[in-house]
Amino acid sequence: MKVRVITFPGSNCDHDAFEVFSERGHETRMIWHKDHSLEDPDLVILPGGFSYGDYLRCGALARFSPIVTEVISFAQKGGLVMGICNGFQVLTETGLLPGALMMNSTLRFICSHQYLRVESSNSPFTFKINPGSILDIPIAHKEGNFFIDPDGLKSLQDNDQILFRYCNHDGIVSAKTNPNGSIDSIAGIVNRSRNVLGMMPHPERSATDSVCSQDGKQIFSALERYFTGSA
Amino acid sequence: MLKAKIFVQLKPSVLDPQGKAVTNSLHNLGFDKVLQTRISKYIEINFDSDDREDVSRQTTKICDSLLANPNTETYHFELEEIKS
Repeated sequence: MKVRVITFPGSNCDHDAFEVFSERGHETRMIWHKDHSLEDPDLVILPGGFSYGDYLRCGALARFSPIVTEVISFAQKGGLVMGICNGFQVLTETGLLPGALMMNSTLRFICSHQYLRVESSNSPFTFKINPGSILDIPIAHKEGNFFIDPDGLKSLQDNDQILFRYCNHDGIVSAKTNPNGSIDSIAGIVNRSRNVLGMMPHPERSATDSVCSQDGKQIFSALERYFTGSA
Repeated sequence: MLKAKIFVQLKPSVLDPQGKAVTNSLHNLGFDKVLQTRISKYIEINFDSDDREDVSRQTTKICDSLLANPNTETYHFELEEIKS
């Protein structure tokens, strides 16, 4: 795959994403937010971090970076876009994904391992991962509390757009296993056409041999299976 | 010249954990009549213009496109004359 990782001023997980995809043998390039070309990508990554220092609202200013116009048009043509953490926040600000990410109900920055339950295999990002699978993927955020109005939530549920929910190691989803107050324990969603993913957890931080959880590899393998199958 | 005084507030339906924490602190301080606290943003923008209608139109556009997130927030503003 040709993978393009966008760097905004304040991004800090761009190099992690770059390394993971490079290590897996993909032609990976970093793209600066002021650039105007995505250089013919198969997959675009909006990485984690604090774009523009999270000023005004997380992701609100990054949304107006020149490259984001290209990302929007790439996504609207069906291109694969993956927003991780701050990238998820940017995607909701662009309107490519519904809802918004609010401050954690605990008011604290949370940095910890977190279990996720895969809710749907119907996406390039979870392609052929068994629904119900439990992944240990770290979270690190203060604004990860997903919010959407009741109609929007119903639409996400009815259209099978919720890919990941926060759970415990047994896969139980409850208020207790929800780290940040996210509505319906949502950790990651796709758009209606299923080519744009936003997720708060960091699969790129659990996808190399040097770290203790490597469950993030499952998401990257799913993307590779999907890409090989459809290429 | 005109100054726009803009208030961006969370919609009533959106939970405000910061406001809740402040309410708890106020109760701890003994202000037991405090019912609810909501945290908002206050933004001032100075315009090089005296045309209230135009500045009002521009401010609305600014709020819709950047300052407020329509998913979670509402806004209102007032204009004030400032001496240059």
